[in-house]
Amino acid sequence: MSIVEILPRVRSFRLPRIDGLTQWIVPLVILLVWQAACVTGYVPARVMPAPTDVALAGWKLLVSGELAQNIWVSFWRASVGFLIGGSIGFAFGLANGLSQLSSKLTDTTLQMVRNVPHLALIPLVILWFGIDESAKLFLVALGVFFPIYLNTLHGIRTVDPQLIEMGRIYGMRNSELFRRVIFPGALPSIFVGVRFALGIMWLTLIVAETIAASSGLGYMAMQAREFMQIDVVVLSILIYALLGKVADSASRGLERLTLSWHPAFQKH
Amino acid sequence: MTVQQSLRLSHADAQVIDAPVDFEQARATQARRPSEQKSRGLSLTIRGLRKSFGSNEVLRGVDLHIPAGQFVAIVGQSGCGKSTLLRLIAGLDAPTAGTISFGEETRPEDIRVMFQEPRLLPWASVLSNVEVGLGTDRTSADAKARAESALTEVGLAEKRDQWPSVLSGGQKQRVALARALVSHPRVLALDEPLGALDALTRISMQQLLGRVWHDQTFTSILVTHDVSEAVALADRVLVIEDGRIAHDINVDIARPRQRGSADLAALEGSILRNLLGPGADATGL
Repeated sequence: MSIVEILPRVRSFRLPRIDGLTQWIVPLVILLVWQAACVTGYVPARVMPAPTDVALAGWKLLVSGELAQNIWVSFWRASVGFLIGGSIGFAFGLANGLSQLSSKLTDTTLQMVRNVPHLALIPLVILWFGIDESAKLFLVALGVFFPIYLNTLHGIRTVDPQLIEMGRIYGMRNSELFRRVIFPGALPSIFVGVRFALGIMWLTLIVAETIAASSGLGYMAMQAREFMQIDVVVLSILIYALLGKVADSASRGLERLTLSWHPAFQKH
Repeated sequence: MTVQQSLRLSHADAQVIDAPVDFEQARATQARRPSEQKSRGLSLTIRGLRKSFGSNEVLRGVDLHIPAGQFVAIVGQSGCGKSTLLRLIAGLDAPTAGTISFGEETRPEDIRVMFQEPRLLPWASVLSNVEVGLGTDRTSADAKARAESALTEVGLAEKRDQWPSVLSGGQKQRVALARALVSHPRVLALDEPLGALDALTRISMQQLLGRVWHDQTFTSILVTHDVSEAVALADRVLVIEDGRIAHDINVDIARPRQRGSADLAALEGSILRNLLGPGADATGL
């Protein structure tokens, strides 16, 4: 069979539409295997508690109100830190993408700072802020800043110059050109930055909370470790996974809403 | 008998005359647009136009007058400077030397350009893309209505709420044409707008272009590498070689023109021979 005959078949092959359930099959299978391994005693309880034990620990903490309190504190830190770091990163991305002067002034500095792992600043941050809220916010904001900055900058710089020329020919002034051409053109890249930043946001927060905090999910996990409550430790880890999924879904939803023009987001 | 009348006679005869059309004969008669209506187009006068990019001189002194409402096609080999000439006329680049004047004051909306790529905003609906063409009138109350009527003119009214990405290549170019026409320009500069289309779509687009030019009576300047397109559409074909106008040929064939007719083919052949040089026949082209 020649390549010419095969090609249309390859093109017409499409993944079946992923509905709400398909994506949960693998996590469910893992849970079942895990439960079976614990119940049969293949995995000792002090190494890994059974999912049912974890659920029970979660229920107890939920009833006592401790769980909701800790999740809320972590969620608050994550979102405020994200907003602060994200807005500053976005602002610098815009400024440096649109203005040569601004780019010359700040880009080199930012690239140097970027190469310092922000978690390496934890000792310094503790010295500056103690284990106060501002320490966590500072770290999250710093971690979130760079992916948003870099991707906003990249998005703006790679907007099709032919479209910009078209906009100028049709008499768009700078503000209109930005609103109609540059910003929508940079948006897909900005969303890539947002999704990277969400990952870094959780990572930073967990590390910061396990090292220096008196509340939050990371603190809850560290406390449980002190008392050998392995079920609570596992529970915290699972909640991180869920929160990460929620954040990712939210950004995907926003993407689908604002990028409905993009061929990649159109329904087939 | 006026010159105009005698010309119209020769138009009528053109269809029956089977003699080979050469440049001298074409130049001897003056082609005029067939319709009686007065043109809204602008006339265009170019004097001593030069353009260099660094040490590379692309245009080496172009002198040209285009009467109002004429359809001019510019042909030439790649890199001959035809697109550069169009960009200068459209005001997209500044000339190194020389002048381009339109005879009267022009607003930006009077001169519109259409490119080989449709250059539609992918994140705006078809209708909003056409509205972009209104220039500073974009915010006016009747913007939508005007955009809709331009879309209707190119036959795409039912696609108004679609994203450009779902349109075919030919439909995208028709939207781009509607965007260029919506401000009722007086000069339309076309930079190989049909170059990327398949042969059948290209023919129907040529008919559409010919029709809107006839209806709206703007001055039209078409850069193309397709000589048959040039002779099918234009009143006059300019052949550019080495940054100068090498030949200026009047296409003295009545409209509507029959595609593939002997007159068009003969004219196309003689232009091609000039473009490819005297050796072309020997190589069997």
